[in-house]
Amino acid sequence: MKKAALYLIVVAVAAACSSQEVKHEPTVSDRSTAVPPTTAGGSSSTTRPTPSADSMRGNPLTDPNSPLAKRSVYFEFDSNAVKDEFRGLVQAHTRYMTDKRDTRIRIEGNCDERGSREYNLALGQRRAEAVKKVMTVLGVSDGRIETTSYGEEKPAAAGHDEGSWAQNRRADIKYPGE
Amino acid sequence: MKRSFLFLGVLLLALCARAQLTIDITTSGGRQVPIAVMPMAGDASQPQSVSDVIAADLGRTGLFRIVNTGGVTPLPTEPSEVNFADWTARSAEALVIGKVENVSEGRVEVRFRLFDVQKQGQLASYSYVVAPAQLRATAHRIADVIYERLTGDKGVFSTKITYVVKRGRRYELQVADADGFNAQSVLASNEPIMSPSWSPDGSRLAYVSFDVKKPIVVVQNLAQGTTRVVANYRGNNSAPAWSPDSRVLAVALTKDGLTQIYRIPAAGGDAERLTESSGIDTQPAFSPDGQWIAFTSDRGGSPQVYRMPAAGGPAQRLTFEGTYNVGPRFSPDGKTLAFVQRDGGRYRIASLELATGQVTVLTDGILDDSPSFAPNGKMILYEAQVGGRGQLAAVSGDGRVRQRLTSAAGDVQDPAWGPMPTN
Repeated sequence: MKKAALYLIVVAVAAACSSQEVKHEPTVSDRSTAVPPTTAGGSSSTTRPTPSADSMRGNPLTDPNSPLAKRSVYFEFDSNAVKDEFRGLVQAHTRYMTDKRDTRIRIEGNCDERGSREYNLALGQRRAEAVKKVMTVLGVSDGRIETTSYGEEKPAAAGHDEGSWAQNRRADIKYPGE
Repeated sequence: MKRSFLFLGVLLLALCARAQLTIDITTSGGRQVPIAVMPMAGDASQPQSVSDVIAADLGRTGLFRIVNTGGVTPLPTEPSEVNFADWTARSAEALVIGKVENVSEGRVEVRFRLFDVQKQGQLASYSYVVAPAQLRATAHRIADVIYERLTGDKGVFSTKITYVVKRGRRYELQVADADGFNAQSVLASNEPIMSPSWSPDGSRLAYVSFDVKKPIVVVQNLAQGTTRVVANYRGNNSAPAWSPDSRVLAVALTKDGLTQIYRIPAAGGDAERLTESSGIDTQPAFSPDGQWIAFTSDRGGSPQVYRMPAAGGPAQRLTFEGTYNVGPRFSPDGKTLAFVQRDGGRYRIASLELATGQVTVLTDGILDDSPSFAPNGKMILYEAQVGGRGQLAAVSGDGRVRQRLTSAAGDVQDPAWGPMPTN
């Protein structure tokens, strides 16, 4: 359950990010405008901390108010360039990795559904590599980051339009046990 | 015999089989051979009508027109009972007759004859003694004989296909007869399953599993149900392709950075790197003679189809039209590649004739993927997105005949057509 609650939070934040990206609004962050996630499952979305999340207060990885709660970097179509608006997110995780020298992470790349499955799997991994590069340039050692990909197999949004695709072109930072 | 044991093994492995595929065909142009397939005497008392399956097999190819056989009594079972003048009047050019008889406890004999109506001559005659449960498979074998006698090409009605069915978050790898019947689930998971690939001897499937939360390459023995992880290196492991002798797998790995192509013994062993590019190299496919590997690479700036010697070496670019040509698959004669081409935001199956460089777009979908040749080279099975769902479709090598294989349940994706059965 804990995990599910966390997942909802991540998705809600992700949806907020992607709505900015799609509409090309100014990158002023206002979380109150977060749109509900359109992912399948039908459960009501909420960013309220659940009791179980409360009990984990103090862990910046699970604190929804921590910059580390944001785990997804979004990409343009056919691109693996990490956009400036996500530099802060990646740098926050880099600082955490610098502090916690035992922590190893996985960065999982994802694509929208367009194109060939296997080629999309490779494109997703290249997106993950791009995020990893930002972190290694800032000093995290290569061996602590594994880059993998789900290609188009794990869409965050199930639709067949740009609104969904924008949420699916992403790299997710995953900590151990996630 | 070996084949039926293998089939039995698959049956025993079956987890469940709900998704039956139904097939609609469309054809444009081209002459269809009018053929009459008479109901076989004794057919009606059996669990499976042999003549119905034969007619459906032949009709589905788009190469035949099934002639009405209504009102012919008694059912002819011997050449002397055939009224050729009547069949000429019905404009049939070929005629199939036969009978089905119980010959002993649990055994049935199926006899059939194929005639050329104009010449009033017999083209083929065979007899099979089988268990009643094998009647459907026997009908496919008869259809194979008829198809080969009338077209000169091997029939593929006794082959199998594999594909992934996705329902909600549930994935199943299924194996079915080429007509979509007898679908069996050989693997089920709550994580994605991708890129199933038949070993050329038909005994094993290689595929990509995400059961460990990242892509790894697994080989599954269909008769025994045993699995072996053949590639689980750091990063991605994907795109398995078999060498023609079934001994080696070409795979795409990211263990040294971006996706590159490696070869691994199918029985397990170390990965040997075959490509050395600074971009993405993936989707390898061995040529049928084992000399070449065709693959996708974006080393030139956009993803294009290349080929290199199977042991690695200098690569030669094969596609030049457009900015997205990926996922090559060789035809069984090695003369043609089928691949996915993007054109104006649409993804279609195209073919490349290697000798001339001629490219032909074969499909008109919006998101077509995963082409796979029938083992006689005549049809290409692929995945199409229809109404937001993955569905299987097939197109003839010349683009004239199209089949859509519709499943009632879920997304059907990533098909691969199996090899000819070994007898």
